[in-house]
Amino acid sequence: MSKTLLTVATRKGAFILESDDRREWTLRGPYCEGWPIYHAIYDPTTGSIYAAAASEWHGSGVWRSDDLGETWEMSSEGLSYGDDDGRKVSKVSTLARAGDRLLVGVEAPGIFESRDNGETWSLLSTLSGQHGSEAWDDPASQPPGHLGISGFVTDTGDSDNFFAIVQGIGAFETEDGGSSWTPRNNGLRRDWPSDWDDVGFCVHKLVRSSNPERMYQQNHVGVHRSDDAGKSWTEITEGLPGDFGFAAAVHPHDTETFFVIPVDGGHGRTMHEGKTTVWRTRDAGSSWQPMRNGLPQENAHLGVLRQGMTIDRHDIPGVYVGTSTGQVFASPDEGETWNEIASYLPSISSVDVAIVE
Amino acid sequence: MPDVRLPGTLSPLFPGLPRRLELEAAASVLDAIDELEQRWPGLRDRLVAEGPSLRSHIHVYVDGERAALDTPVAERSRLDVIAAISGG
Repeated sequence: MSKTLLTVATRKGAFILESDDRREWTLRGPYCEGWPIYHAIYDPTTGSIYAAAASEWHGSGVWRSDDLGETWEMSSEGLSYGDDDGRKVSKVSTLARAGDRLLVGVEAPGIFESRDNGETWSLLSTLSGQHGSEAWDDPASQPPGHLGISGFVTDTGDSDNFFAIVQGIGAFETEDGGSSWTPRNNGLRRDWPSDWDDVGFCVHKLVRSSNPERMYQQNHVGVHRSDDAGKSWTEITEGLPGDFGFAAAVHPHDTETFFVIPVDGGHGRTMHEGKTTVWRTRDAGSSWQPMRNGLPQENAHLGVLRQGMTIDRHDIPGVYVGTSTGQVFASPDEGETWNEIASYLPSISSVDVAIVE
Repeated sequence: MPDVRLPGTLSPLFPGLPRRLELEAAASVLDAIDELEQRWPGLRDRLVAEGPSLRSHIHVYVDGERAALDTPVAERSRLDVIAAISGG
């Protein structure tokens, strides 16, 4: 019998939520010795769970569990720029499976890969040579909490073609496994000057639908859609309560259905009016509907980070949201109704979902 | 033989690593850490950043004095490796 497994990364370790019916959930954890976890994923290729961690004391590494969270090992072998480079790996921010590569994005901005399922790592790319890349490694030019490489879009069956986001710079695509990169920011809005036309954009979250031509993103300024695999973008913010947000998720079976969570773009970065709301479009961004049934609607000043929302692959997909104040909300019906399935976790960095046997 | 005391945060990462142990010999703090690395692979990376330098919130004391990686270690020195207290 299959179960739905939710992997939750928090500031104080990783947790697992699991359910047979997506209504009753059990919680396990904390795992990873309470290390701050920036992103945790279930890897369908190996059946392992990986957690990108960065300890203030002991540096960065990637934890791996081969038994759905019961036992864990951590490795950082090769996860370094070396003694002579000048750059340091201050944190590992994000993980993804791309064919036979396990990718990890780090700060200072760079991508490391593992070909042995997280035992050892090697530097794949720093995207050097891209416009503005000479400034990426200067700490003085990095925003607070800089993540470096803050996200990937990959295909688990393709080792060579994937997207990487450089935080505050934009999205880039490689078709040759990281040897060369093309900026994919054409048509995005930015409300600040840049020395370059093709970089200088703040892509918070990038997702690809079941049709690879159709992509969406939540940007620092606006929600955008692409109908040509990221080569150009059209803003679809109209109808939302604001243009700022982090989290985004696309329906696994319907390219027209997409979810975002707008938050205040100032210091607060919590949901508007203290009402917990996931916004859904059924028509690729032409219109938006607030999904609130079962979510707290009074004095709920909750924030959700860029990896804080995910969607499962059931016929009627479930949507999951983890907040920076430790709640996990789950909808078993595409956002129509919601339940709070964890209430008192540490601050949540990411949620990832899988259906496992 | 230098006497080393290690923080408890390392113990779960390296099975069999004691909180206190004696080293064979070490000329410097980095030598001492490298000797630990030989016995518990990966341990150096938990204490030493690129450069190399001690990680910013790892403090080492040799005979009660704040030390760096190149600080000399004597045959009967005591090394205290401390995970600095911060946060809540």
